[in-house]
Amino acid sequence: MDHSVVFAGFGGQGLLFTGQVLARAAIKDGLEVFWIPSYGPEMRGGTASCTVILGDTPIGSPVVDRFDAAVTMNLPSLRRFAPRVAPAGLLLMNSSLLGDEETGRSDIEEMHLRCTELAALGGDDTLVSVAALGALVARTGWVTPESVRAALREMVGKKRPEVVDTDLGVFEAGLQAGAA
Amino acid sequence: MTLHTPEPGDAARPAAAARLVYAKPDVLRDRSTHYCPGCGHGVVHRLLAEVLTELDLPSHTIAVAPVGCAVFAYDYLEVDFVEAPHGRAPAVATGIRRVRPEAFVLTYQGDGDLAAIGTAEIVHAAARGERITAIFVNNGIYGMTGGQMAPTTLLGQRTTSSPNGRDAALMGYPIRITEMLAQLPGVTYAARGTIADVASIGKLKAMIKRACQVQIEGGGFALVEALSNCPVGWGMTPQQSIEHLKGPVVEAYPLGVIVDRGATVAPTLDLGCPAPAHPEA
Amino acid sequence: MTSRGRPEVTPAPTTAEADAARRARVLMKGNEAIAEAAIHAGCDAYFGYPITPQAELLEWMARRMPELGRVFIQAESELAAINMALGAAATGARVMVSSSSPGISLMAEAMSYMAGSGTPMVLVNIMRAGPGLGGIGPSQSDYFQATKGHGHGDYRVPVLAPASIGEAMELMADAFELAERYRTPVMLVADGILGQAMEPVELRFRTPERHTFDWALTGASGRPARIIKSIDLDPEVLERRNLDLQHKYREITRREVRWESWQLEDADYAIVAYGTAARVARSAITAARERGIKVGLFRPITLWPFPERELARLSRHLDGILTVELSSGQMVEDVRLAVEGRCPVAFHGRMGGLVPTPDEVVGALKALKGKVDRARPPEHRDHTPPVTHWRESEDRAEAEPWAHERARRGGRR
Repeated sequence: MDHSVVFAGFGGQGLLFTGQVLARAAIKDGLEVFWIPSYGPEMRGGTASCTVILGDTPIGSPVVDRFDAAVTMNLPSLRRFAPRVAPAGLLLMNSSLLGDEETGRSDIEEMHLRCTELAALGGDDTLVSVAALGALVARTGWVTPESVRAALREMVGKKRPEVVDTDLGVFEAGLQAGAA
Repeated sequence: MTLHTPEPGDAARPAAAARLVYAKPDVLRDRSTHYCPGCGHGVVHRLLAEVLTELDLPSHTIAVAPVGCAVFAYDYLEVDFVEAPHGRAPAVATGIRRVRPEAFVLTYQGDGDLAAIGTAEIVHAAARGERITAIFVNNGIYGMTGGQMAPTTLLGQRTTSSPNGRDAALMGYPIRITEMLAQLPGVTYAARGTIADVASIGKLKAMIKRACQVQIEGGGFALVEALSNCPVGWGMTPQQSIEHLKGPVVEAYPLGVIVDRGATVAPTLDLGCPAPAHPEA
Repeated sequence: MTSRGRPEVTPAPTTAEADAARRARVLMKGNEAIAEAAIHAGCDAYFGYPITPQAELLEWMARRMPELGRVFIQAESELAAINMALGAAATGARVMVSSSSPGISLMAEAMSYMAGSGTPMVLVNIMRAGPGLGGIGPSQSDYFQATKGHGHGDYRVPVLAPASIGEAMELMADAFELAERYRTPVMLVADGILGQAMEPVELRFRTPERHTFDWALTGASGRPARIIKSIDLDPEVLERRNLDLQHKYREITRREVRWESWQLEDADYAIVAYGTAARVARSAITAARERGIKVGLFRPITLWPFPERELARLSRHLDGILTVELSSGQMVEDVRLAVEGRCPVAFHGRMGGLVPTPDEVVGALKALKGKVDRARPPEHRDHTPPVTHWRESEDRAEAEPWAHERARRGGRR
């Protein structure tokens, strides 16, 4: 069974990176995965986004109509992707920027997450997407937290080993918030 | 160039018969060319053949033939040749240069090929300082296709596509492309000669030789423009065309060495950046 | 002549080993994976020019090629890039260029010269939507250009179309091999999605065997001078040159056709699609089968030579074919030529950078089925299952999930 998630927000919020962390974690869990950045006609309306599709069989269509989960980090991306969450899907909203924004949808699970504060708790308030990833992983269980930690160590460790612990800390904060 | 043949009984030069004053370089194939009577391409081919031979280059030369009258250059010069699409010879030569650092890389282009359709390629090969030797034969006309106006056609000159003469208001001005290219720091050597008379031919040969030596010595881009004639395209007898060449053509395109930055001399232009690195220098 | 270069057959891994290998796969972006595969295939020189959505390929080469002491040039234009490739290839070097649709149009001229003069080269087109400057979205609207168009003159080039990043990596080695075996440019086409996306790939590479070419320009030392050219003003001579080319193309058509089939064993319908469209088709097929429509996938991997014999044979046993493309319908013309009216051929496509969704494809399939059923009720149809003896599984397909039913027409027929 395939799962799809879109990470959307402002450029610079680390969304493409976070999508790649999830994709790498999926590989470590032995899954198939497909990562595609906002690209071409998707790239408009003030959002930068990437889609990650996970599954245990080869990924078919790389284009997703309805997402099983959407991580929305700003208002344009909420407006754009809230209607495209599949029924019974998960909408994760960064309430640090979105406040109490309503979607009007009653058929999905909405999760308000103060990403900036959570990231600050972990040691760096700019790592908002990593905090959101923690919550997503806790809530969906699509990949194991251990694989995400390993992926973070690899990806962050390669370029900025001094901040690996901070990223891991922010991820833990998100994980706990998601499990709560 | 006249050839003195000793005659029997010429007591003044009994030993002169043994002195060889003219021979066909081996690299020049033994066949007559397709060029029109009086055309200057043959002279440039021969100079090139002499220089290649004198510098011992034929066995490792890879040459690029243009589209235009000289498209069949490979029929006359016994060296490895690749035919380039129209105007692309400098790009083709760049590819050869980079994968064959040991080769002597030569391009041969006319004015339509180099100064019109291939302007971007020649400018950027020069800008990169590609270690290639470019021979540019400028006769101010598209000869192969029947004498149409070229970028180098003189103002007022009648061609089949400027039947009333080249009008600057409608057709723009002739391009002195060698002077343009000489501005680029990647150009080690740029010179203009002509085949108009014996003395000039000697100077042109010296320029071609220098342009080849630049490459051997690890310099950058080297270009020799050879002002030539096209009696058929110009609608003149060969003799008239030579007179025209010596007159208005040379007046429009002054002869001489335009730049010689030495084999490895840094650029003279201050561009606020380091000298171009020649990959094989 | 070169060897067929079949992949070595390794003993089947144990479940634990396979699982470990699976988890050790690397996440790579399509453009970068293609570049790295080319490097491992022995690419000596790369020439390019920036254009979206293939810029990462150029950037990867800009970093890696000099590291390895190989040649990288960012040219002043696509025209110059491919002519640099022409020059380098003329000396026997293994060369590659890449671009996206508008840049390929500029490269068309030299493609013709290279085909005419028998100069090997690999050209990658990460296709975007046209015509003109169009957009940067994914597209397959260069099918005509790749298989029938680009430059002038009577020539063809083999065109490979991967449907996954892993397959693109494999096909890069094949592309160099084909180019050198047949002395021809070879194209690999993928839409922008495959260039931009990331997928897990195994870092398994193949380097085609190196050959000394008796045509390469190396300097006429101790041998007569060699000439690489396409011009022949004598019509008799030029016709002979053309006949030689056509002979070569027949040989390529006989030996190098590749395709994949999936779930066709019991199928009443087939979707014919390549590249990303084939992935959408796979999802649609899964959904359609859940709704009781017996449908499978026929995926051309070589767009030229097109697997027409295989499709023709298959069409005798089908009630209908749906062709899906990211275009207005280009490959569908070849599908119809192959099928020759043996069954209805419908088309569904999106343009401008849009990708059909699996739902759309299922809808198109249902519409086709509806038409077929109205014209000829199912009980009046002969339900012979498609013959399967023509499918030949590739050994290497085992490790590559996308290719597990892939086949290639070899010299074994």
